[in-house]
Amino acid sequence: MNKNQGNIATKLCQVGLCTDEKTGAISTPIYQTATFRHIGPGQSTGYDYSRTLNPTREVLEKEIAGLENGDCGFAFSSGMAAIAAVVGIFKPGDTILASDDLYGGTYRFFETFARPHGIKTLYVDTTKDKEVAALFSKEKIAGIFIETPTNPIMKITDVKKMAALAKNNNAIVIVDNTFMTPLLQQPIGLGADVVIHSGTKFLAGHNDTLCGLVVTKSQKLSERIGFIQNASGGILSPFDSWLVLRGIKTLSVRLERSQNNAQKIATWLSRHPHVVNTYYPGLVSHPGAALHKKQASGPGAIISFRVTNAKRALSILRNVKVISFAESLGGVETLITHPSRQTHTDIPLTTRQCLGISDDLLRLSVGIEHVDDLIADLKTALEK
Amino acid sequence: MDIHNPVNYDTSILHGAADRDEVTGALSIPIYNASTFHQKDISVRQEFDYGRSGNPTRKALEETLAGLESGHSAYAFSSGMSAIHAAITAFVKAGDHIVVTRDIYGGSYRFLTGFLSKFGVTHTFVDTTDPKNALAAIQPNTKILFLESPSNPLLKITDIVAHVKIAKDHDLVSMIDNTFLSPYFLRPLELGIDISIHSATKFLGGHSDLIAGAVIAKTKDLASSVHYVQNTCGAVLSPQDSWLLLRGIKTLAARMTHQQKTALTVAAWLQKQSWVKSVFFPGLQTHPGHNILTGQAHGFGCVLSFETDTTERLNTLVKNVKILTVAVSLGGVESILSFPAKMSHAAMPASTRAQLGISDTLLRLSIGLENADDIIADLDNSAKPS
Repeated sequence: MNKNQGNIATKLCQVGLCTDEKTGAISTPIYQTATFRHIGPGQSTGYDYSRTLNPTREVLEKEIAGLENGDCGFAFSSGMAAIAAVVGIFKPGDTILASDDLYGGTYRFFETFARPHGIKTLYVDTTKDKEVAALFSKEKIAGIFIETPTNPIMKITDVKKMAALAKNNNAIVIVDNTFMTPLLQQPIGLGADVVIHSGTKFLAGHNDTLCGLVVTKSQKLSERIGFIQNASGGILSPFDSWLVLRGIKTLSVRLERSQNNAQKIATWLSRHPHVVNTYYPGLVSHPGAALHKKQASGPGAIISFRVTNAKRALSILRNVKVISFAESLGGVETLITHPSRQTHTDIPLTTRQCLGISDDLLRLSVGIEHVDDLIADLKTALEK
Repeated sequence: MDIHNPVNYDTSILHGAADRDEVTGALSIPIYNASTFHQKDISVRQEFDYGRSGNPTRKALEETLAGLESGHSAYAFSSGMSAIHAAITAFVKAGDHIVVTRDIYGGSYRFLTGFLSKFGVTHTFVDTTDPKNALAAIQPNTKILFLESPSNPLLKITDIVAHVKIAKDHDLVSMIDNTFLSPYFLRPLELGIDISIHSATKFLGGHSDLIAGAVIAKTKDLASSVHYVQNTCGAVLSPQDSWLLLRGIKTLAARMTHQQKTALTVAAWLQKQSWVKSVFFPGLQTHPGHNILTGQAHGFGCVLSFETDTTERLNTLVKNVKILTVAVSLGGVESILSFPAKMSHAAMPASTRAQLGISDTLLRLSIGLENADDIIADLDNSAKPS
């Protein structure tokens, strides 16, 4: 059996294994170097300058491409730098369709950076195929940008259906797979052309590094993204590339445990009298649960929930002890976030209200603590 | 004496914003490898909430960088190119135009011609050794005047004050790539420039062991535009590399002083060699930009270029050097010899290179901390192998 066959859990724990032929080191070396010696004029070792190619970053880029079954991987200094590079493949006059429920940083990028550069984004509920199809027939669409589950309402989009619509209209399908990771969902197999990760989250998994990753399906897209990565230079450092590789090695144990915890917490929350609504695709009551089960192998470890009023939400944030009140998600530690005031503040109030991102909504990124401690902490905070 | 406002610049480099950790007193700022920060209270906005928006290690570096060039604020990026990307895109939109120094770093050339042009931002390259050229190139939609001085690789000198006046008269944002001289030799904001940019990979980092970029902005308004792009596009410098860069900056004065002295010695020696056709180093009195540079900077830098008599000579030299490292990049403690036509400026079409005088016999030498006699002996032996 070679390394590219077998269960993804095996692949995950062996990322970056024995990449250094010279020494046989089990762990990938950190090449903290800016540049590389040339033997003579025009004679390169293949490595010239670390912005263009760094051996440590290269290992991470190859591994993420393998995990997502893509052609090439690219590592960036943050998830937003990855998104900025991908949107760079479009040109002025192009229109992108995006899931209406979307990470606030992505929305900010589309509206205040891409739009002045001539790239327009239309927002649509991508869970509704007919609405998307109607937009495709009305306008020339160059690409579609999907989060599934969405952040923070956890809506599920049918990636295969979106890909079919896009293919018919020569549009590129981009999926932000941050919430799922390749362990639970592999969008390229569902028809995506480009997969994006905030590697900061589950892939790195320790809340200790920022990282963005891009995987492309075709060689043509690989060349384009490679050009943009080198030309605009938002690359990941060698040390952080190594930290992300190190994080990926424990992804399957971390995410499996976080997911088990999340399933129990979501069930508990959904029965609590102070909780109005629990958004988690692992609950059978979730409208996208069946579809999610078809395209992903697990519901993940992010739960959003709505409490009776905003005052109670604030009280929970003040009273949690085991859970940290912080932005971000996907780490070994459980974090609680207030989307309307933190991750999604850049989305206009009226849009937030339409989407249900109001002050009574909280987002929980479930970590690997003992689930009883997490539930006890939530219970105390909810009932205070 | 206030330790944060010392009398001499060399001292301020060591005792800038980040000379000690307030909590523990550690003389080195801790590496905060944290992506996020616990929020004690929803109603109180803490300084740090997410590592992309702000990180304590990166902040110490950014405050130090701002201090080095008398800026309002500075921002650290994951490469020099992402610094240029942020500085430029902060001030242009589709339909705008930029006036740029003609013989610019190949990566900046690629960014303008291959990347930014795709978003409807146009540019005109001009020879900024004469301010009249920049003036003539300004269009109604021009937003930025982007300078590089000394230019890469021919070390041409731009009169900064004259260009600042042109930018002010036409309401342009003036920017300079100050990589070659570093803040130690040139403080462009003190001459009226709005934005100074560095590939901090080079002299600021100084050890060829990290990739980093810096943008230093003169005013609060300029700074907030740059910060907005840094946070929105997210090409931030990692905590580890921020710390390494701070560590590099501590020896900036010592390195630059020594390297410049050696560069002058090597340049003067090269001028006398029969196999050397021409030497480009603004520290030489024969250099056409020598007087302008003396008037605006505190030094000439540590990078020189020279042309060999033949391409065979160049090939022999490059093949035989022992002490000099043949590589792209510059500004490290190791002397680095590079071949612009095939390396740093390979992204430029051959015809453009020829127009600029970047010939196939041109070599660029970034002088490091080796002994001057050893560098000269290495060049001498390699050019004329027995």
